[in-house]
Amino acid sequence: MSDNILNISRRGFLQGVASTGALILSVRLVPDFLWAAETASGTHADHAVLHPSAFVGIDTDGTVYLVAHRSEMGTSSRTSVPLILADELDADWKRVKLEQAIGDPRYGDQDTDGSHSVRSFYEVMREAGATARLMLTRAAAQQWGVPVSECQSDLHVIVHRASNRRVGYGELAAAAAALPVPKKEELHFKPKSAWRYIGKGASSYDLADICTGKAGFGMDARLDGMVYASVEHPPVLGGKVKSYDEKAPLQVKGVKQTIPIKPFTPPHHFQPLGGVAVIADNTWAAFQGRKKLNVAWDNGVNSSYNSDQYKKELQQTARKPGKVARNIGDVDAAFAKGGKIVEAEYYVPLLAHATMEPPVALADYRDGKVTVWAPTQNPQAVQETVASELGIPKENVICHVPLLGGGFGRKSKPDYAAEAAILSKAVGRPVKVVWSREDDIKFGYYHAVAAMYMKAALDEKGKPTAWLQRSVFPPIGSTFALNTTYGSAGELGLGWTDLPFDIPNHRAENGPAENHVRIGWFRSVANIYHAFAAQSFANELAHESGRDSLEYLLDLIGPARIVDVKASAPEYENYGESPSLYPLDTTRVRRVVELAAEKAGWGKRKLGKGAGMGIAVHRSFLTYVATVAEVEVDDKGEVKIPSVHTAVDAGLVVNPEATRAQFEGAAVFGTSIVRSGEITAKDGAIEQSNFDSYPVARMNEAPYKTNVYIVDSDAPPAGVGEPGVPPFAPAVCNAIFAATGRRIRELPLSKTTASA
Amino acid sequence: MIPLKVNGVQRSFDGDPDLPLLWYLRDVLGLTGTKFGCGMALCGACTVHLDGKAIRSCVTGVGKVAGKEITTIEAISKDGLHPVQQKWIEFNVPQCGYCQSGQIMQAISLLKEKPKPSDEDIEGSMSGNICRCGTYQRIRAAIKAVAGENV
Repeated sequence: MSDNILNISRRGFLQGVASTGALILSVRLVPDFLWAAETASGTHADHAVLHPSAFVGIDTDGTVYLVAHRSEMGTSSRTSVPLILADELDADWKRVKLEQAIGDPRYGDQDTDGSHSVRSFYEVMREAGATARLMLTRAAAQQWGVPVSECQSDLHVIVHRASNRRVGYGELAAAAAALPVPKKEELHFKPKSAWRYIGKGASSYDLADICTGKAGFGMDARLDGMVYASVEHPPVLGGKVKSYDEKAPLQVKGVKQTIPIKPFTPPHHFQPLGGVAVIADNTWAAFQGRKKLNVAWDNGVNSSYNSDQYKKELQQTARKPGKVARNIGDVDAAFAKGGKIVEAEYYVPLLAHATMEPPVALADYRDGKVTVWAPTQNPQAVQETVASELGIPKENVICHVPLLGGGFGRKSKPDYAAEAAILSKAVGRPVKVVWSREDDIKFGYYHAVAAMYMKAALDEKGKPTAWLQRSVFPPIGSTFALNTTYGSAGELGLGWTDLPFDIPNHRAENGPAENHVRIGWFRSVANIYHAFAAQSFANELAHESGRDSLEYLLDLIGPARIVDVKASAPEYENYGESPSLYPLDTTRVRRVVELAAEKAGWGKRKLGKGAGMGIAVHRSFLTYVATVAEVEVDDKGEVKIPSVHTAVDAGLVVNPEATRAQFEGAAVFGTSIVRSGEITAKDGAIEQSNFDSYPVARMNEAPYKTNVYIVDSDAPPAGVGEPGVPPFAPAVCNAIFAATGRRIRELPLSKTTASA
Repeated sequence: MIPLKVNGVQRSFDGDPDLPLLWYLRDVLGLTGTKFGCGMALCGACTVHLDGKAIRSCVTGVGKVAGKEITTIEAISKDGLHPVQQKWIEFNVPQCGYCQSGQIMQAISLLKEKPKPSDEDIEGSMSGNICRCGTYQRIRAAIKAVAGENV
């Protein structure tokens, strides 16, 4: 830390910051990276002697400053994305200092969601690295009076082999800075054989700090003179405060005042929910003060929302014709011809993200400007939301991004950061808003509850001649626009309109559903319920046909081919990528299925009584994943998951170790969905509140061992943070069927036949 | 005044004795390595050592630890890294890392009690600590490595 401060002082950063009126942070408490991305003064990278791009700066001492502009919530984006730049720059990773970017459009998209940090910035990082390397190479050539073509990089130095001369990047920085920044056409990229880091990876930049308690999470941000706040939110979405006791909370030692927060204007978007804030000199006092608020609420229209009734409505809608999102052949005519008809319905409830770090933010408002420290997946959305709430220009909102104690999509929505900004303006001091676990569970942006109806007609071999699938769920669009009831093309493209099956008559539909809670992105989003229905149903059809489920699944996928999804689903978005670069390739679907099955010993291992294996495959975020789960179910119905085998084809993988970790984690995340994940509402209010009523998987419930096999691929990079989740639940439920003959069509297990 | 020792430093606290130790550590002393996760001893993120044994600081009032010695993640190793921290790094255990202070403090306590823990011992001791990222198998492997088993 001392080095960093020295650097800051040397460049006059401290004076610069002070003159803009921003607070100087308490040195003792603030980790390095909170210092790094300073306010109007820019980053170290900007201020380095050589800084050909916003993402990189090189100083005369050879220090390479790289800017991490994606949020770190556990996926290693903060490490893996700059690592690409470091590789192309041929920089020594040990001499790299990472700086976390503030929210700033000059970095492009910073919304760390959708598993696309590497995919979207792979080329950007390589260009930035190659640009800096070329400038250094030209500077060396100029210095030595030799042709540029005779010079090359070699780990933080440029060498001229003919004369055996070498010069370090630091020594070249000033001369290189005097050269024009080369155009993209002039760049030469390193061949794969010369890669140092891509494909090999690196440990998290923050690993040692995390293990010693020094890492700075959003929860850990502090400012001198700050106060703490806790907000009592309306128990029902859209509820309003009728009255509350302003005085009683002040009886709690440490409580300073209460402040009402206005209700949102529908649609809720990222606006705070409204309610009453208690301000105190520590977090606990603020929590205690809330208990004395005695708020009377006007609960509003959503108070008639009950999950039991709503579930029936969704299921009824799913049984009726919906909007066609994909059509191949003529499903109705094929059903009319007969064959064995199989029908099934599936259901997945609302889910809460339950990040270990609940929503939290620190804001400091002064003179029409506000600085926010928020563990956010989307600092530019923090700027927009805070600006809109305070009626100030976006440029007057500075958003620093500490480490996130988990994100999973929850922290793409910055309502909590806006609360901190509103309250800081109201009290005239820095305010840190801390959500309790109960706030987190009760006031989320939930993963949509969904009902699916499936129907197939089978020929004599059991192959579908017709396949109809309908899903019904309150769409995420309802968060942004009133009266949005149908799923968007984007949501339906998440594992519903893009099934890779070889079926002559195939129709995917979607029915309408109203939202009564906030609906939002949740790790792997609609893929969860879509994969659960499609991969469970495929397994049911295998059983109905008396065939091995692996062999049947491969037959359903059919021969190696590129599936032209848009031909049958014109609105299909393919995660925003062109089908030519990222086609739906059944060769790759088959390969992961075969690999996972082979590694799991499918059909080769003898399993004991109550044991079974299940398989599922799903492509999401342009990554192909097949999972074989092995379960053991005891006499009481207790399910154990001794092993999981997951095969992954994510194209080019930059950081294999971090990728394996993501798929191990996805199996645990999936275990929570299978075993116990369920949010319900009664009279509009969420019934769960903490890890007792909303349990998530613990060590003794998680898979004992998840084995991850990464397919070696030169295809363009795809996602790794989310794609492990969707095939997990159907793989486990198919395994439970294999073990016990009990078919699980509704999640979680705690609500159905098999015990959790 | 409540006397207590935190990371070897003698302190005295004159506030509400019911204030959970977690918030005394975080909000009063600024020791933010210990995390808030649930407030009900359900997740283990707040785990610290009380006279060398793991406790949940979120449900332990400062008044309850008068005269006792508290150790947090910041001081678990006097110099360099504790062997548990070393293995955590070697096995790349953390993902987001938020729960890991608590996991490490729990693991150190377990290993002190049972230097060669069985799978059952590990599950019994560690299942109170939730990791939403799902790093359990690496936690288990790291603990076994500290215990000297090949994993």
